[in-house]
Amino acid sequence: MTDRKILAEFSYDLKPLEKGYNRRTLYVNVGSKEIKSKPVSDMMIDKFVGGKGFDLYLMWHGVKDDTKWNDPENEICIGFGPLCGNTNYPGSGKSIVTTISPLTGIPVDCNVGGHFGPYAKFSGWDAIEIQGKAEEELIVFIDGDKGSVRILTAPDEEINSHILAEELIKEFADSPDKHQFVSVVSSGKGAEHVPISCLNFSFWDKRRKVARLKQAGRGGTGMVFRDKRIKALVVKFSGLKGDTNHPEDLETLQKTGLKLHREIEEGDSSQCHMREVGTAHLVEIMNDYDLLPIKNFKYGQMDEAKGLASWEFKKLFTQGMPDGCWYGCSLACCKAVDGFIPRSGPYKGKSVLVDGPEYETVGGCGSNLCIWDAKDVVELNFYCDTYGIDTISFGTSCAFAMECYEYGILNKERTGGIDLTWGNADAVFELIHQMARGEGFGVIVGQGVRKMKETFAREYGADPKLLQDMGMEAKGLEYSQYMSKESLAQQGGYTLALKGPQHDEAWLIFMDMVNNHIPTFEDKAEALHYFPMFRTWFGLQGLCKLPWNDIEPANNAETDEPAKVPEHVQNYVDIYTAITGKPLDKHELIRQSERVYNFQKAFCLRMGRGRRIDDVPPYRAVGPVTEEEYLSRAERYDKLLQEKQGIDPAGKSTAEKMALLRAFREDQYQQLIDAVYKRKGWTPEGVPTLEHLKNIGMDLPEVLEVVKRFL
Amino acid sequence: MKKVLMTYPQNCIACHACESVCSNLYFKVDDPAFSRIRITEAEPEPHMNACNQCGICVQTCPTLALTINSQGVVMLNKNLCISCYMCVASCPTGSMFRHLGGLAPFKCIACGSCTEACPADAISIAETKEI
Repeated sequence: MTDRKILAEFSYDLKPLEKGYNRRTLYVNVGSKEIKSKPVSDMMIDKFVGGKGFDLYLMWHGVKDDTKWNDPENEICIGFGPLCGNTNYPGSGKSIVTTISPLTGIPVDCNVGGHFGPYAKFSGWDAIEIQGKAEEELIVFIDGDKGSVRILTAPDEEINSHILAEELIKEFADSPDKHQFVSVVSSGKGAEHVPISCLNFSFWDKRRKVARLKQAGRGGTGMVFRDKRIKALVVKFSGLKGDTNHPEDLETLQKTGLKLHREIEEGDSSQCHMREVGTAHLVEIMNDYDLLPIKNFKYGQMDEAKGLASWEFKKLFTQGMPDGCWYGCSLACCKAVDGFIPRSGPYKGKSVLVDGPEYETVGGCGSNLCIWDAKDVVELNFYCDTYGIDTISFGTSCAFAMECYEYGILNKERTGGIDLTWGNADAVFELIHQMARGEGFGVIVGQGVRKMKETFAREYGADPKLLQDMGMEAKGLEYSQYMSKESLAQQGGYTLALKGPQHDEAWLIFMDMVNNHIPTFEDKAEALHYFPMFRTWFGLQGLCKLPWNDIEPANNAETDEPAKVPEHVQNYVDIYTAITGKPLDKHELIRQSERVYNFQKAFCLRMGRGRRIDDVPPYRAVGPVTEEEYLSRAERYDKLLQEKQGIDPAGKSTAEKMALLRAFREDQYQQLIDAVYKRKGWTPEGVPTLEHLKNIGMDLPEVLEVVKRFL
Repeated sequence: MKKVLMTYPQNCIACHACESVCSNLYFKVDDPAFSRIRITEAEPEPHMNACNQCGICVQTCPTLALTINSQGVVMLNKNLCISCYMCVASCPTGSMFRHLGGLAPFKCIACGSCTEACPADAISIAETKEI
């Protein structure tokens, strides 16, 4: 056992939470060592609900207008919504992490599984707010069995999560049979050096007898964590029961959950195969529909992609386990590779467990880099997780560097001898190990695409326009792994996302491009209003998105709005009321989200981003940047020129056709923004109107004061 | 070998005595909704539903609350159960139950109490390799 000193201790009364709320949040300043409880007011519950809403509210009052990611007053907030931790409805164990991002400078929010959130909530807290910067490495330990919070020294040698999480679980659990009641938040060595970093939330797998990890992946949460010199957050709670969140109506909660369990039992094997391969089942679907990112999002389809199809990962996954990241999730998507032996790095030749890979990791660390061997992707997944690196930003950043290498912007001299040709897995392994060691070209790549663009233009005289066109970032955050070129709605879903381009606001590719259900600007704007609001709701409540529409009722296609999965929307209305006792309908559900969404928008404005000028995608997300891209889909683009623009492509050069297409597509995107802003109640500059804020009940004085600066 | 409750629907006369014994034994009520064996009257013969100890629920349980004992019977440790009901949903024979107002699910553990009450030799306890 590690010898630890107690640097600060705070005791609190243990009391059962009622109807999903504790009505208090935990504040820890790791610099001053202050620990205190803050009350949760009715106003907070009414306007901010919980989860991401509480996070943003706490963080708003903790930071200043000019706070940077590494300022002591920057906060890491972890919120647990009122539905978080119930064991009855699948996908209910999510925490939401927010912080001022080192990549974007604005609030980033990550929805993450694992056991930390529910246990911290059941220990007595609706959210945790961490501020300050410590002078020495430390651990924050929440003992939900005894009612104490301690700040402890952390002389531990280990930092990498796959080892540290397991060590701490064994140290803080009362006995080996109670490992499941401890959860750890940690990062890794990579997060000390590069901003494309993440936090790992652990859960103890009783069958495999190992700590597993889920990631708060986007925006550099890990780097903020390590900059504060926090080695880990640890929580212990041993009293978990089926009604620990004390719902108002347990019967409805159980019946609704059981209904979905049965639907998953019947539908998973034919609808989404989550239990067999998790989200990796999307790889072959995306490739079939020309949507899988390949060569830094140049192409969407290649024959070689079959090397990364879900059946290749199925051979590696251990099957027949309840692979939920929280108890009671029968969708069981978080797959694992047992006994994996890395062929590179410090754990070369040692047997490790790897969580995943999920689809985003396969796209980012596989197809986008032309790495077609499933085992190489698993290895990158392992090292990303344990070093605390975001697989999405890592994949997109490496892809950008590889394309720069292809164009001669980079060469071996500039990369320190690394041959960044497409598909060179060994080179990518070296990049990630360099990130962990804090040395070499890997650290440059780890700064993310926006910083690389600046560096390569400044240092190597690269054409800034080309770099902007092909560098897949917006607001400073790297794009996640879907091709959006042929879906105007998805371009909006990505680039208008408040935190930066991530698919968790609106994933409209199929609605728009495959099914043609939203043909007009108004249709797309309506979808780009509804879906971000609906999906925001999961972050308020502590829920996972997957049980909403990855599995669908058998008769869903016959409903009025199949894309919304009306029966499941009603399930959420029912379980919210069953737990909180508060009335809700599907309209108020959207309004709950709208209040927090617009608050986050105002927060972005306050921190210096969030206007129209920040909602600009790189052209690679909109259309073909290079001639080879155009030619790869020449028939389609020629046809579009004729049909959409009334231009006869005959006799025109590829360059001329590309210019015409670009002018059209960029204009279409601007028209889309006009329609979306209008639907969202914002000015043409992307600023919420005072009238809209009043209508949705988010006309708080501090919000109006900020928004007025931009009107 | 596994110990299992064998059912013979062709002998069942749907008197529901087995349900009465079972619910009284485990829940102190005389109510078929609380019985671990369920009789549904149907033609040409009643449907008899009791756990065949197949163990699929054991694979489903996320907390290892369900285990198979030395006699091959699936047993529930209520102290480990967190009432997620994944076992209820995954049971292929519909013989893992939840009940109104309760937390832990329940199932037949082949105790044999019902066999003594059955007047028609429609139930017996057997040790078998096959389901």
